[in-house]
Amino acid sequence: MFIRFLSSAALTMTLAGPSFATPGVLDVVAPFEIKGADPALSGNVFIKMDVAETLVNSDTEGRLQPGLATEWEVSEDGLKWSFALREGVVFHDGTPLTAEAAAHALIVAQGKPGLLETAPITAIEAESEHRLTITLAEPFAPLPAFLSEYRSLIYAPSAYDADGNVTAAVGTGAYRVTRLDPPLRLDVEAFAAHWQGEAAIRQASYQAVGRAETRALLAESGDADYVFNLDPASMARLTGAEGLEVMSVPTPRSLLIKVNAGHPALAQPEARAAVSMAIDREGLALAILRYPAGADQILPPSLPDWHVEGLAPLPYDPEAARRQLADLGWTPGPDGILMRDEERFALTLTTYPDRPELPLSAAVLQQMLAEIGVEITIDSTNSSEIPARHGDGSLDLALVARNFALVPDPIGTFLTDYAPTGDWGAMNWENEEFSTLIRGLARGEGGQAERDRAVTILQTDLPVIPVAWYQQTAAVSKGVIGAVLDPYERSIGLKDMRWAE
Amino acid sequence: MMRLLGYRAMQALLVALLVGVLTFLMMQALPGDMAFRIAAGRYGYDMVTAGAADAVRAELGLDRPALQAFGLWFLDLLRLDLGTSVLSGAPVIDEIRHQLGASLQLAGAALILSLLMGLPIGIAAGLRAGGWLDRALLVGSTALRSVPQFLMGLILIVLVSIQLGWLPAAGHGRPEHFILPALTLALGLAAASARITRDAMAGVAASPFYAFGRWKGLSEGQMLRRHGLRNIGVALITFLGLQFAMLVEGVVVVETIFGWPGIGHALVHAIFGRDVPMVQGTALMLGLGFVALNTLIDLAAHRIDPRGARP
Repeated sequence: MFIRFLSSAALTMTLAGPSFATPGVLDVVAPFEIKGADPALSGNVFIKMDVAETLVNSDTEGRLQPGLATEWEVSEDGLKWSFALREGVVFHDGTPLTAEAAAHALIVAQGKPGLLETAPITAIEAESEHRLTITLAEPFAPLPAFLSEYRSLIYAPSAYDADGNVTAAVGTGAYRVTRLDPPLRLDVEAFAAHWQGEAAIRQASYQAVGRAETRALLAESGDADYVFNLDPASMARLTGAEGLEVMSVPTPRSLLIKVNAGHPALAQPEARAAVSMAIDREGLALAILRYPAGADQILPPSLPDWHVEGLAPLPYDPEAARRQLADLGWTPGPDGILMRDEERFALTLTTYPDRPELPLSAAVLQQMLAEIGVEITIDSTNSSEIPARHGDGSLDLALVARNFALVPDPIGTFLTDYAPTGDWGAMNWENEEFSTLIRGLARGEGGQAERDRAVTILQTDLPVIPVAWYQQTAAVSKGVIGAVLDPYERSIGLKDMRWAE
Repeated sequence: MMRLLGYRAMQALLVALLVGVLTFLMMQALPGDMAFRIAAGRYGYDMVTAGAADAVRAELGLDRPALQAFGLWFLDLLRLDLGTSVLSGAPVIDEIRHQLGASLQLAGAALILSLLMGLPIGIAAGLRAGGWLDRALLVGSTALRSVPQFLMGLILIVLVSIQLGWLPAAGHGRPEHFILPALTLALGLAAASARITRDAMAGVAASPFYAFGRWKGLSEGQMLRRHGLRNIGVALITFLGLQFAMLVEGVVVVETIFGWPGIGHALVHAIFGRDVPMVQGTALMLGLGFVALNTLIDLAAHRIDPRGARP
């Protein structure tokens, strides 16, 4: 009897068969958990899965494109923006997209923590059925870029309850939600009434998988068609695997050391430059990230507007670093750690394990800085400790992976992080010229020369020390055509994908 | 019997009170500013700023005294309302239903699978204590018990999904998604339950009444059905109850490897994100679940062995 049990169990296992990659459903796997339908929580997932759309889109080069708004213009004084909404767009609940609906969605978004909240907006109003106006307190050139961010996506009025809480994901996208199971799963099907017509792939599913190894295995076993974000080891293993295409693209995300410029040991730019010279960027990038992307300035060449060709790169020269620190009055103590009077060159480096490479990189930096006599204690903790310690002034150094393209235009991040300081940028650093340049650029004044000058100031003053530039990776099944790996992490190209014949 | 149920009901009440107070105190004692942690849990590391933390503080009224917050939670509890998650804004009861449900399903499947494997082997080994199967079981179960679950999970994925292509590597939602994670858990469990079964069976098989049954001419099959199974039942049921409790707590690793939306994963995130209502609700449900489980085990043991040795 028991033998029969065993054999039937074995039989069930063998018969379960290879039916797992559900035919006709495109399976997307990514590390981002779905916290709920609210754009402020998980709007990125609803944008990636083409459930919801924004007024302004951006392409993979970061250039703004018409989205739900076909065109936009700004008044002479730069204070009044007018957006013409696309006609004939319907939400998944069948109601039409009107300026009133869009204004409602944006007003709710503006009331929650986020980028829109930081823009100098005084009013968002429906001027006519298909024209939306946004009034500003001062000119703000990156407004369209801000509206392309996922938290500014447009849901139908029926998605919100009376208090502005989001109860369902009712967008205008090419796919509508058939099942939403936070935190891990979302199923969608093509929306026949989408303004671009019905998408070729009829059904898709999104699954959040936190472990990079599991994501890679899902790609390898063929269970997933589009796997977002691979760890370096799996990336090497999957390259050349049968039936898979592995893609990678430089992203506007940089690995940086945030420096407390008010700390006595780090107050002079020469001290920060010495710390910077102790870092073997290429070595660290190759060892930890496994691609040659040591950052010799703050942003990579893939962002030509904010990358200065010919800028003297940040050097690696521990010998010079030691000399420079000696000039500042530091001498090696009995244990090799530098001393100046009674002060010991000992700093805490705060980082967070949400991105697994951060604590590893911190350990490498600890070794490199020990070479020049700087003692580093690593504190790998919750990411919120960085803004919290920035606020109370207790931060020394922080290792962060900062996204400069929360909106496609990095000016937004420079404005919040460096003009003059920011939770994830400069700390106790004030550079009049830099702030003026960035604020001017935000108002729409100035161009490439001003941007180049701003980047040059960061390079010489080092309010943050660039370490490496990130790449984004994905593995896509050869069974689908048209997949996109977007450096701005907005789109995977779902609505334009089709099955390979 | 009534005494037993009354005792367990009292226990449930005490557990509810204790769990509520303890989780609340522990969450208060955790380091770091709660508003910042919640903001990080909600908006992620790219978006957490002092501004977001201030907004969270204002929205949730985190400035009010801790005692008042606890009082509010307790009043809600009396109305059978577990509140809403401060991270997702969804009712805690819905999140628990989804995530604890998924964990229970997985734990149940693992337990059944482990019984299918462990029980027959354990009985066979126990009946011939000291035989080749018994010795092989000792080696095999020790080996299986010492493989960490994350390694077992990865080995199974590589073997069954990638090499053989028989089953999905990870995921949730279809019956075939159960097999690998359940098997990962079950192999370790089966190793233990086979050993327990073997010891209980060997004890029974060596007892005088078993020898007597044999003398009076019963076949081995008759002996096992009439005198063997019932006598190893109590030990086994008690052990299974313990195993189930350990499983529900211990599936975290397996859940993360297989992308399973379980309670272990949810609880870890809730603690990181300082989602006090979610932590309290989950701990409460788990605590009450264990009381219910123990009651069921008592009842089952009482039924198998009604000689009244138990309260």
